Amino acid sequence: MPNEPDRRVALAAYAVTKRFPGVVANDNVDFEVLGGEVHALLGENGSGKTTLCKMLTGMYQPTAGRIEVDGKSVVMHSPADAHHNGIFMVHQHFSLVERLTVAENVMLGWSLDGSRIRFKRRKAEQEVARLAEQYEMPVDAGKMIGDLSIGERQRVEILKALCRGARVLILDEPTTVLTPQEAERLFASVRGLAKAGNSVIFISHKLHEVLAVSDRVSVLRRGVMTGTVELGDHAAAVDRKELARMMVGREIELGRRQRAARAQEAATAGLEIKELVVHNDLGTLAVDRINLNVAAGEVLGVAGVAGNGQREFAEAIAGVRPRSGGEVFVGGTPVRSGRPLAALAAGMAFVPEDRMGIGLASGIDVAENLVLKSFRTGAFSRGPLIRRGRVVDNANTLLSGYELRGGPSSLVGQLSGGNAQKVLLAREMASQPKVLVIAAPTRGLDVGVTETVRKLIAEAADSGTAVVMISEDLDEVLDLADRVAVMSGGRITGIVDAEGADVEEIGLLMMGQEQAA
Amino acid sequence: MNRGLVIQLIATGIFYGTPMAIAALGELLAERSGVLNLGVEGMMLMGAVVAFWVSRDVSGPNGLVLIIAVLAGAAAAAAVSLIHAFMTITLRANQVVSGLALTIFAGATGLSSYVGDLANLGGNPGRHIMNAINVFGLKDVPILGPIIFNQPALVYISWVIAFAIYWYVNKTRQGLHLRAVGENPEAADAMGVSVTRYRYAHVLIGGALAGVGGSFYTLVISSEWTDGITSGAGWIALALVILAFWRPAGVIAGAYLFGVVSALGANLSARGVQLPPEVFSALPYVLTIAVLAIVSSGWGRGRFGAPAALGVPYARDGG
Repeated sequence: MPNEPDRRVALAAYAVTKRFPGVVANDNVDFEVLGGEVHALLGENGSGKTTLCKMLTGMYQPTAGRIEVDGKSVVMHSPADAHHNGIFMVHQHFSLVERLTVAENVMLGWSLDGSRIRFKRRKAEQEVARLAEQYEMPVDAGKMIGDLSIGERQRVEILKALCRGARVLILDEPTTVLTPQEAERLFASVRGLAKAGNSVIFISHKLHEVLAVSDRVSVLRRGVMTGTVELGDHAAAVDRKELARMMVGREIELGRRQRAARAQEAATAGLEIKELVVHNDLGTLAVDRINLNVAAGEVLGVAGVAGNGQREFAEAIAGVRPRSGGEVFVGGTPVRSGRPLAALAAGMAFVPEDRMGIGLASGIDVAENLVLKSFRTGAFSRGPLIRRGRVVDNANTLLSGYELRGGPSSLVGQLSGGNAQKVLLAREMASQPKVLVIAAPTRGLDVGVTETVRKLIAEAADSGTAVVMISEDLDEVLDLADRVAVMSGGRITGIVDAEGADVEEIGLLMMGQEQAA
Repeated sequence: MNRGLVIQLIATGIFYGTPMAIAALGELLAERSGVLNLGVEGMMLMGAVVAFWVSRDVSGPNGLVLIIAVLAGAAAAAAVSLIHAFMTITLRANQVVSGLALTIFAGATGLSSYVGDLANLGGNPGRHIMNAINVFGLKDVPILGPIIFNQPALVYISWVIAFAIYWYVNKTRQGLHLRAVGENPEAADAMGVSVTRYRYAHVLIGGALAGVGGSFYTLVISSEWTDGITSGAGWIALALVILAFWRPAGVIAGAYLFGVVSALGANLSARGVQLPPEVFSALPYVLTIAVLAIVSSGWGRGRFGAPAALGVPYARDGG
């Protein structure tokens, strides 16, 4: 589905590099967007898509390289600068005022006809309605945002940009919040925008969407542009495997866990999950009938692109989030839904991805955090009183092996991410759990702590704990796990052995293609 | 009850409701920008004492002195509200704590009392008082005459203020920005609306109006100063804003309702009807609780609820 209109470069980045302390987020990236094209930007989380787009919208300045608009080099210091150049980004989190109408939201901060005082409601609504019709994005201009569906709200965000003269629209993972039907409509709108001569940068990690909507696809991996592919008239003919390989292609292997030690008496019950169904905070289905068994001493890696139900999955197993259906057994004992204490008693340990949010209490000290799960026992309390001396002794004992900076009385909120993760792991492993659920185990950690955490996970498995490790980092999953379950759209699309796994196959599973039975 | 009594009750209700209405209209503006200011009582007292001081010590034609007095009261209260604005907007302090502190600081045993002592205002009658105006000579028209055409100037000014606020909030671009700032400051900021500027401006205007409301007590109702002369009107004003669903017309109506009820209470006890006066003084709060229950229900929240960002300090980057 190529477009005839002008094929001039509307927006481009040439040899752009963005460095953060210790990280190269974008490394010598070239990226060209033509007028009137839909250009998909494909890549895993952390691949540098967001960084690139933040540079294109003036939120970051490149460390090196240049950005061009219509062939002229530009320096943009803020989103407002980008807006002046006609570049707008629609974020996943909408920036809309729920109790204002569509037209009022569109008109925030500027004026249609230069009138400085009067807000001309009728006129604003007419203009919004006109644009909505022109771009076939039906929305009632007089309605309150709070009464609109998510899809309609997204249209309002796009209209906001169009009203201000957008020529290049960047849509950041626009379909994650949409139903399939709403997504279909969005694709139609996006095609319409391109036909009208606008350029759309479509950020996604879902291959089928990209194939459905884009003229060209660029793939970023680990901050490097691995290629740009032109989709011809027959998009289906494009080698999906090629794109998948560009997206998740494997690099050198290091630090692979020694699995030899694992005893094959895998019959010991670890974690059993039957027909698990979970809804997310918005009440939509997040986990769709998952069945899994993890044997004692096994590490099951759950791979997949973030936002495919992993968080809800982890929380439901750990008892933090109520299940909508299905059963969870820890060491053969059924665990009631949404009862963290019951899960804890059955031998569950949980290291959530949101370490500071639900893992630790940042306002109290390390020693107290370490007894958050066990303070009810006589060991640490007498009646309603906490035995501070024992709590501190416990901290000293637990932390002796963890090289923690700061002592038992340090506030957890003041610890680095790595030290916080050590405290969390020390607490969870202290109870010698039957099951450990650990999400994003090394996200944001430096190399040293990453090694420590990996070692601890391996040790946990060796000591007979059934480990469920949820991570977006496929390399990490392949290094540590015995088996890899791939999650997509709330389902396990396939399970493969980590040993000798086919990365292309995993990539396809991650994109929602179910494994052949 | 005969017709004359009803008319008199309504006229008195409007009269006594007016200072609460003006203060509540000011608070409405501050709250629409997302800043809760519990210091209304303190600000009203500052307005009352300063207005009275000016009316006693400045000489000139009656009307001019009264205008200066009201403006001075407004300025004094606005100055007090500036403390709250700085604490909550710039320093992002807790709005409830700062507002309560403001009332204690400026209130009946605080700054307003000190100013009263300093200027030796207690026990001295004022030299200027705002009398009822016989508008267009219509004060003797049946029914409407005493109710509408025979009130002091501030009553008419409060109507103008209420309408102006309605128009401002709903029909102007600045009003639109104000609503956006109070509902979703992130979104407003992203569209280039200065959250800080809007919040400061509306807290200050709110303070000024509280001062005007306070001046009603020392320039209109009684021409003398005593500590704590507003006797809790500031708290009723706060309740009124909620009761009115943050809408100016509702503020006026609610204020008059409370005015009528308290006039009724006084009237009944004068006639020897045995009803504890607490029943009437508690009514505003009972009603407010009832309204809060409605507003907080799922049904009411979307339409009538408080500005979504009310009470939440705003920091860019969410940090």
